[in-house]
Amino acid sequence: MPALMSGARMLLECLVREGVECLFGYPGGVTLPFYDAMYDHPIRHVLVRHEQNAAFAAEGYARATGRVGVCCATSGPGATNLVTGLVDAMMDSIPIVAITGQVSTKLIGSDAFQEADTFGITRSCTKHNYLVKTLAELPQVIHEAFYVASTGRPGPVLVDIPKDVFQGQGHYHPVSSIHLPGYKVYTEGHMGQIRRAAQMIWESERPFVYAGGGIVAAGAAAELRELVEIIDAPAVCTLMGLGALPGDHPNFISMPGMHGSYAANMGMYSTDLLIALGVRFDDRVTGRLSSFAPHAKVIHVDIDPAEIGKNRKADLPIVGDVKRVLERLNPLLRELKPELGERKAAARRACWRQIRAWQQEHPLAPVFSDTEIKPQHVMVEINRLSAGKAIVTADVGQHQMWAAQFIRFSEPRQWICSGGLGSMGFGLPAAIGAQFARPDKLVFAVLGDGGFQMSVPELSTIASYGLPIKIVVVNNGYLGMVRQWQELFYNERYSESITSDVPDFVKLAEAYGIPGRRVDTEADAEAVLREALRTPGPVLVDCRVPQGENVYPMVPPGSGIHEMVGVKP
Amino acid sequence: MTNRILTVIVNNRMGVLNRITGLFLKRGFNIQSITVGPTETEGLSRMTIVLNVDDERVVEQVVKQLHKQIDVLKVSDITDVPNVVRELVLIKVNSSVQNRAEITTLIEPFRASIIDVGRESVTVQATGRPEKLDALIALLRPYGIKELARTGITAFPRDTETVNEMARVRPSTLYV
Repeated sequence: MPALMSGARMLLECLVREGVECLFGYPGGVTLPFYDAMYDHPIRHVLVRHEQNAAFAAEGYARATGRVGVCCATSGPGATNLVTGLVDAMMDSIPIVAITGQVSTKLIGSDAFQEADTFGITRSCTKHNYLVKTLAELPQVIHEAFYVASTGRPGPVLVDIPKDVFQGQGHYHPVSSIHLPGYKVYTEGHMGQIRRAAQMIWESERPFVYAGGGIVAAGAAAELRELVEIIDAPAVCTLMGLGALPGDHPNFISMPGMHGSYAANMGMYSTDLLIALGVRFDDRVTGRLSSFAPHAKVIHVDIDPAEIGKNRKADLPIVGDVKRVLERLNPLLRELKPELGERKAAARRACWRQIRAWQQEHPLAPVFSDTEIKPQHVMVEINRLSAGKAIVTADVGQHQMWAAQFIRFSEPRQWICSGGLGSMGFGLPAAIGAQFARPDKLVFAVLGDGGFQMSVPELSTIASYGLPIKIVVVNNGYLGMVRQWQELFYNERYSESITSDVPDFVKLAEAYGIPGRRVDTEADAEAVLREALRTPGPVLVDCRVPQGENVYPMVPPGSGIHEMVGVKP
Repeated sequence: MTNRILTVIVNNRMGVLNRITGLFLKRGFNIQSITVGPTETEGLSRMTIVLNVDDERVVEQVVKQLHKQIDVLKVSDITDVPNVVRELVLIKVNSSVQNRAEITTLIEPFRASIIDVGRESVTVQATGRPEKLDALIALLRPYGIKELARTGITAFPRDTETVNEMARVRPSTLYV
């Protein structure tokens, strides 16, 4: 008979068994037994300054590694503060496990102090959630939670644990198997469908690869690259998929969508075969659906059957893990190449000529200035200094789009941002998670002044752990993307988008013990950023960019992606 | 707009009904009726959901989203297969001593019965397909209906396998 141990201790045993190295959290009343058990346990707990940031940091950890990120909060307000992070992880399919404390089982339903219906509140924003009512079921639930979070289409799982379950004493029996008859993951892909896909690809004149976050989640970057090279097709990576193809790959024609490149969007508009891999036809990519890739047949590979046909009908659906599917599609394509490869070669060459012409006529070109520091130029400098090697986390808004346009990533998991939910305040805590996950890597946190002010308290976390994150604030004193939309679509009525009372970020950083530098011109930028990289530990760089800069090109809301505005002449 | 009948076999666990109805809410699907009850297998419940949809793709999306729920073992759209569909209605209808016999005669072809008699009303109980109950209600309406309660339908395919067998067989319609 194994020795008696507390529920809190049992939870730690389960986490260790799942390979958890660190968790991000904030203690509180009902999680006191758990924190007490942690006190002399080797697992690393990272104390953030707000529970929302615990969830974002866990996401940053998961996004940087592909492993499950773990966060922890107390009942009531602790749990409700996690919600934004859970929705964020749900939207971007990020595997995290959230552990929340709950009031004791006898008090549940009595409106006890710091009681909230966490199980009910988080039902719709998790892949699955649990309320653990007895200690006996705790180990099973924890291992199920990790299994569900990390398999199939990844996502957040929450486990709500009442205080008396943490405190109870029981015998720990390691869980050897997980039996979830209602949970089925289709990984292999239908071989007949894969064969048909190979045939369709060689028969098309203008095949076009549309690769998304699913490539990153599946670890299928090598297979994607192989596919693109076998068929020599133009390829785009979505905001969630950036890095899936190396940014300098000749077939990579940047990001598609609302702020994508002209060539990417026109290429998608005119293709006759869209090869959609681990994507969900998000509205920010497709623009007006009725005029999205109107001439194209669609091959759609996704591990989630519900994504297929959700927004765009798939002519050839393949449900499966995109890595497994490509592992079998690529050899077939190679096999068929001698027989079919030349058939449409002339049309394909013409298609490439057209794409190159679009790229040349309307490149994604940064703007430069002698007198000020343009926000695009900040990204160009970060791109130069990171040389495709750094991890870059971004917040949400204009700077996020500029970073996506101008920073090139050589592999997946270097680019970390809140895509689907667009949560401001994400970038800084995500950088914390990423830096803990990858202590060997240079991490930039690229933030707007609005999002930074939502996450300022985390400077304290960064300082206390001495995390060498290079924080770059693209500071225009405006909620830039809101301002841009007000300029373009609301008759320049700048309602509540001015934040020009922003504090002095350099002094603010210094108050937290983090050196701060200010950049006003392009001449400053390189020197200050270089110095920031030489400085050990965290540095904050406050880039005072002009207020009126807009992100272009742009697909106006409700337009087709071939109807971009602000395309450079 | 057409009605589709889905039967869903779920784990009988805390919060499952909430998961299902919440999913419909989140995705903007409109539930016409929903009934839940135990099956012949302990631990499993059957839900019968009637959806009112104007697009086949909505049903497809509903079925796929239901499948993703970990507590859902099996989903079937049984609208177009031979099925057994039943609903129960209770109707409290105004009735005096004078017309009680008339009402009794009226409801007889519906195999309905009077299950409670008051001084000014009788309560009629009937089961059947929803259209039959609609017809009965229409006939009784002129007398004045004081209260009406319908259960919503419960259903399964005719000559169905047992739940146990169904839970083992996963659907083949998902291109896998």
